[in-house]
Amino acid sequence: MSETPSISREDVAHLAKLARIDLPPESLDHYAEQLAVILGAVAQVSEVAADDVPATSHPLPLVNVFREDVVRGSLTAEEALSGAPSVESDRFRVPRILDEE
Amino acid sequence: MTSELISLTAAETASKVASGEVSAVEVANAHLDRIGAVDERVHAFLYVDREGAIAAADAVDKARAAGEQLSPLAGVPLALKDVMTQKGIPTTCGSKILEGWRPPYDATVTARLKAAGVVILGKTNMDEFAMGSSTEHSAYGPTHNPWDLDRIPGGSGGGSAAAVAAFEAPLAIGTDTGGSIRQPAAVTGTVGVKPTYGAVSRYGLVALASSLDQAGPCSRTVLDAALLHSVIAGHDPMDSTSVTDPVPDVVGAALRADVKGLKIGIVRELGGEGYQAGVRQRFDEAVTILEGLGAEIVEVSCPHFPYALAAYYLILPSECSSNLAKFDGVRFGIRVGEGDGDPSIEQVMGRTRAAGFGDETIRRIMLGTYALSAGYYDAYYGQAQKVRTLIQRDFAAAFAQADVLISPTAPTTAFKLGEKLDDPLAMYLNDVATIPANLAGIPGMSLPVGLAPEDGLPVGLQIMAPALADDRLYNVGAALEAALLQTWGHPILQEAPSL
Amino acid sequence: MSTSTADAVVPYDEVVAEFDPVLGLEVHVELGTNTKMFCGCPTEFGAEPNTQVCPVCLGLPGSMPAVNATAVESAIRIGLALNCKIATWCRFARKNYFYPDMPKNFQTSQYDEPICYDGYLDVDVETDEGMKTFRVGIERAHMEEDTGKTSHQGGATGRIHGADYSLVDYNRAGIPLIEIVTKTIEGTGKYAPEVARAYVTALREILRGLGVSDVKMEQGSLRCDANVSLRPSPDAKFGTRTETKNVNSLRSIERAVRYEMTRQAAVLRAGGTIIQETRHWHEDTGITTSGREKSDAEDYRYFPEPDLVPIAPDPAWVEKLRSELPENPAVYQARLQAAWGISDFDMMAVVRSGALDLVAETVALGADQAAARKWWVGELTRIANDRAVELTELPITPADVARVEALVGEGALNDKLARQVIEGVLAGEGSPDEVVAARGLAVVSDDGPLLEAIDAALAESPDVAEKIRSGKVAAAGAIVGAVMKATRGQADAGRVRELLLERLGVSE
Repeated sequence: MSETPSISREDVAHLAKLARIDLPPESLDHYAEQLAVILGAVAQVSEVAADDVPATSHPLPLVNVFREDVVRGSLTAEEALSGAPSVESDRFRVPRILDEE
Repeated sequence: MTSELISLTAAETASKVASGEVSAVEVANAHLDRIGAVDERVHAFLYVDREGAIAAADAVDKARAAGEQLSPLAGVPLALKDVMTQKGIPTTCGSKILEGWRPPYDATVTARLKAAGVVILGKTNMDEFAMGSSTEHSAYGPTHNPWDLDRIPGGSGGGSAAAVAAFEAPLAIGTDTGGSIRQPAAVTGTVGVKPTYGAVSRYGLVALASSLDQAGPCSRTVLDAALLHSVIAGHDPMDSTSVTDPVPDVVGAALRADVKGLKIGIVRELGGEGYQAGVRQRFDEAVTILEGLGAEIVEVSCPHFPYALAAYYLILPSECSSNLAKFDGVRFGIRVGEGDGDPSIEQVMGRTRAAGFGDETIRRIMLGTYALSAGYYDAYYGQAQKVRTLIQRDFAAAFAQADVLISPTAPTTAFKLGEKLDDPLAMYLNDVATIPANLAGIPGMSLPVGLAPEDGLPVGLQIMAPALADDRLYNVGAALEAALLQTWGHPILQEAPSL
Repeated sequence: MSTSTADAVVPYDEVVAEFDPVLGLEVHVELGTNTKMFCGCPTEFGAEPNTQVCPVCLGLPGSMPAVNATAVESAIRIGLALNCKIATWCRFARKNYFYPDMPKNFQTSQYDEPICYDGYLDVDVETDEGMKTFRVGIERAHMEEDTGKTSHQGGATGRIHGADYSLVDYNRAGIPLIEIVTKTIEGTGKYAPEVARAYVTALREILRGLGVSDVKMEQGSLRCDANVSLRPSPDAKFGTRTETKNVNSLRSIERAVRYEMTRQAAVLRAGGTIIQETRHWHEDTGITTSGREKSDAEDYRYFPEPDLVPIAPDPAWVEKLRSELPENPAVYQARLQAAWGISDFDMMAVVRSGALDLVAETVALGADQAAARKWWVGELTRIANDRAVELTELPITPADVARVEALVGEGALNDKLARQVIEGVLAGEGSPDEVVAARGLAVVSDDGPLLEAIDAALAESPDVAEKIRSGKVAAAGAIVGAVMKATRGQADAGRVRELLLERLGVSE
């Protein structure tokens, strides 16, 4: 069995930021503990697969699946916006954006 | 009349509707009544579409009256797992984050069901975003196993399996990423099939792990599953991973039900330590029956299966962390915390996701985020994808020795609600026998093979076949089912306590 | 954060005396396909908000992408035209980060397996030693999808900072993009800004020639990010680079690179360090300002897109596409230049104004090359600039220009009238012949009225008449001018002169 990786509160906070989940500070230790246990269990994947084993990302060996460049029907703006929490002038309304892209 | 209608198989119902012996509306009403009578206790459904169901049934009756040719499942009620979109009908995936969302489009599976005249009764409960083996991770409360309401119905598709087991619907759609059709089938005494990856379109199936997800039929008989399989399967240009090969003749295979001369492999790595005695006993008896039917039983070894669970719990969280990123409170679903201070969109996204996702979902998103991170990709995700190759090689070697492989579907019968909720790893072990098929993309079926003597709860047997050879599952499954039925003298669900 | 306070800069000649610049250019091209990269939504510019969207490009739960075959073909053709190798097997990958203009909160892009890689483009730049060719290496050209458009509401200027909230339109989300990334461009010395501009100009011509994009920088269908760094000498290791975004005209590319060099030089001279960051180019003020700092914490968690299968272009298909490529613009230009017999300088003027195809077409329709160039590179380019549109967007065709020139050749129009006809065509008054008819612009060719006007003019200025008679032919100009004025420019000045001299019995 591989050794259990250590996951700190800070690691969890960083992951939560990357995953855009606003975790309450009091839950960080709880997740750190659980993640460490799970990672310890799954780390055994490193025990078997050698360098000469290719990775499989698709279960079936399909290639070259293309769509013809032909217009299909779009949604109406009303349909497109129907599920949105906030809408203005046929656009999706969001609070101010902090980060610049 | 009502109790008769709900206990019919899908094949029988379709035939009675087609002959005019009963109307599709009568059938729909009988099932809606049953849902009204028992679902408060079972909680298989998250939403019942009474009006839509009656309208669909009425359309079938009108088509019949007009002399139109009805498709083989026309007028048969079905329960749709809440992970499939249905235009205008609430679709939550068992998550709070999607509360109130009505998709503006039909999943391909939904569209095919509608086109076939199948009557969709409503949406069934599930573990949030199909993560779990008990439906306890549903934001809307767990589903109860009709065999024992204090026990889990399996998961993630516990709602679909329970609906079928409780005679609320003869058919249901499930989705199976690591066992979410087969394991609930096993613990509810029903039939569930995960087809070959790509055999059934994933368009409109809210993705958990794209390279593992596959929709399939849930039913009470092997033939019913085959009929539903042939309605939903087939190439779909909207799903680029959809296979182009013709759908195998699964109905023909279910009717053939002949295992004479077939080589059936028992997977050595699936069924030893950690499997409940009663599960092992019923499995062994089934093997004896198959041998008696003329099958040749061989033992095969799949040495990398012990690593399947680890690989799965890296691949699934990785893909899921990305698939679930779109749930951010901008285009659909709930938005949380906008009024609290003067938050930015970044904060609102974070609050929405923290409030909208349940504990297990957050755990897996965090795990996947970690596994895909720059410094860890090779050690975790990359390695897991290699294990996947090794699992595929194991299957290839095994199928060189046997036409189909069998194992118990789940290590245990249904456990008590709450029993494993606080122990993620113990929960994950429920899928140890079903996960290899997802990693390799091959088809698998679970069917009931009796009740465990120690607890009187159903035991499932899993059949696995090579990719695209889904028909073999139905042939073997139907043969075993017929032999068991003869032994028992009645369908196994008749032994369930009445609700 | 983003202030308009100008940073200190060092004069350009001092920058290039002290530092060696290194460039890297990333160009995003929106393909002109009928539909988006991964769904069948149309791609028309300027549609009503959120009307060209579907479950796929809105990232609704359950939707799945399907690759546009024409986009793949365009990507391969671009790669071939840029002398790239074409991958025999490649995949899409997910680039994971949260941003409200990105519907899935990941961009489906290509990561370590681009469809095209390792190519080059030769560009010509005017140097002190004459025209010199620089080879710009192409690292990769890959496929990806565009984002939606965000408009910022409230606050001062519609900018992101200080806005109260934002509105998102996803019509643009999912439009196919090809990102073309150069290798580091070294050895340009002081010509770095010119090389950058020449590269994008040449690239634009190639893309236009391939017909894969409308390459309108002002509409954002061709966007350039410029990476600039300085080092003390060509054999020193690379300095820290900045990435300047939002550079949306050919002229701006040159200016932005030049500015960034002068700014970085000032920082380095003062003993400071360059921060690796994104900077924004401001067309109005001609400066860049600091944007987001690029940190190592940026972790896109790339992994192969599991909803799509790999692309393995059939080598026979690639070869067929290669054989069908249009003539390389450089070769095409050289051929036209030889046919027209014009200087490098005149040819550059045609190319830089984006008028090459228009001039060539006008000439093909029978116009003289000099006249065709005069119209397109001179008058019409000026008008396009005034209107802030591309030359091709003016409501006038090579056929119109060729027809005007034909009328001049026939003597039916003179230069001044021709200009008025062009004005009429641009004003939407119809074809050149229709404008001539409607405005009554034909040259007065009947000698009768001309002779009357000549007689009148001579009577007005008897002294001038006498001078001419006495052999001072140069004085004829004054009478011709008076006649032209009297006929409101509609006379053929040459004919007036002929008639005048005949009248007075003088010969040249």
